[in-house]
Amino acid sequence: MGASPRGLKFLSWASVLMFGVASYLALVYAPREAVMGDVQRVFYFHVSAGWVGGLAFLTAAVAGVGYLLRGRRSWDQVALSSVEIGIAFTFINIVTGSIWARPIWNTWWTWDPRLVTATVMLLLYAAYLLLRQGIDDPDRRARFGAVYAIVGFLSVPLTFLSIRIFRTIHPVVIGNNDPTAQGAFDMTPRMLQAFLFSLLTFTVIYLTLLWHRTRLQRLSEHVEERKLKLLGG
Amino acid sequence: MLLQTAPAQTFGYMVMGFAVIFGTLGAYLLSLWLRARNLRRDLEMLESTEAGG
Repeated sequence: MGASPRGLKFLSWASVLMFGVASYLALVYAPREAVMGDVQRVFYFHVSAGWVGGLAFLTAAVAGVGYLLRGRRSWDQVALSSVEIGIAFTFINIVTGSIWARPIWNTWWTWDPRLVTATVMLLLYAAYLLLRQGIDDPDRRARFGAVYAIVGFLSVPLTFLSIRIFRTIHPVVIGNNDPTAQGAFDMTPRMLQAFLFSLLTFTVIYLTLLWHRTRLQRLSEHVEERKLKLLGG
Repeated sequence: MLLQTAPAQTFGYMVMGFAVIFGTLGAYLLSLWLRARNLRRDLEMLESTEAGG
């Protein structure tokens, strides 16, 4: 893995800058919510992290299709990288949701459809990483990963739609809330600006991390091949 | 007459939430950097082994 390409360097710096601005918008610029207080500020990154998780798992599914159709290892590298990033952001989404819920719902956890489906989705993709490691042959591993990523993606729309099709305590950001939802709020213009900028920022961060992680995976496979070649004589 | 109540005092939870966000992102970035460093070292070692033998 040589020096980073110029495009990646630019994206990396853009990510850092945008994250700084997004943090300022969330922590300072956006007003304090009238009922929930400061904990509502977590919402901007909580939703953005959830968005990136879904996007990452979609990318993995598309890359899985790409691998099955074309057979090129680069598709598998993208899929694996994307799943790993998706897991990190989904973890952020779930844990920040729990922290927000403690003062608002008076509980760290409830068996709500959104919470359950999001957690199942996280565990599904964690299993993807673990199960891959159990397969030695690289082509079999890539094929398994591709099929798993495609089938596993079913959990993503289920998680997204869960608050729209089941009775839920979880608030809806876009659309009408369930009458039983707790913690819903109307966004002021400043809140909306902070929210939309956070979504954009996290998307840029995802693309940057995906590029870095895919390069890392390529390097890892290259080192493995060189090791095998050396051992083979 | 409606009573105006102040927002809930939830600053500590906000700090906790952002600590998780920054901490997780920081840990992941560190993990990427460490893995890249270790792989580069492995590659250097392989190249010197191949050159020597």
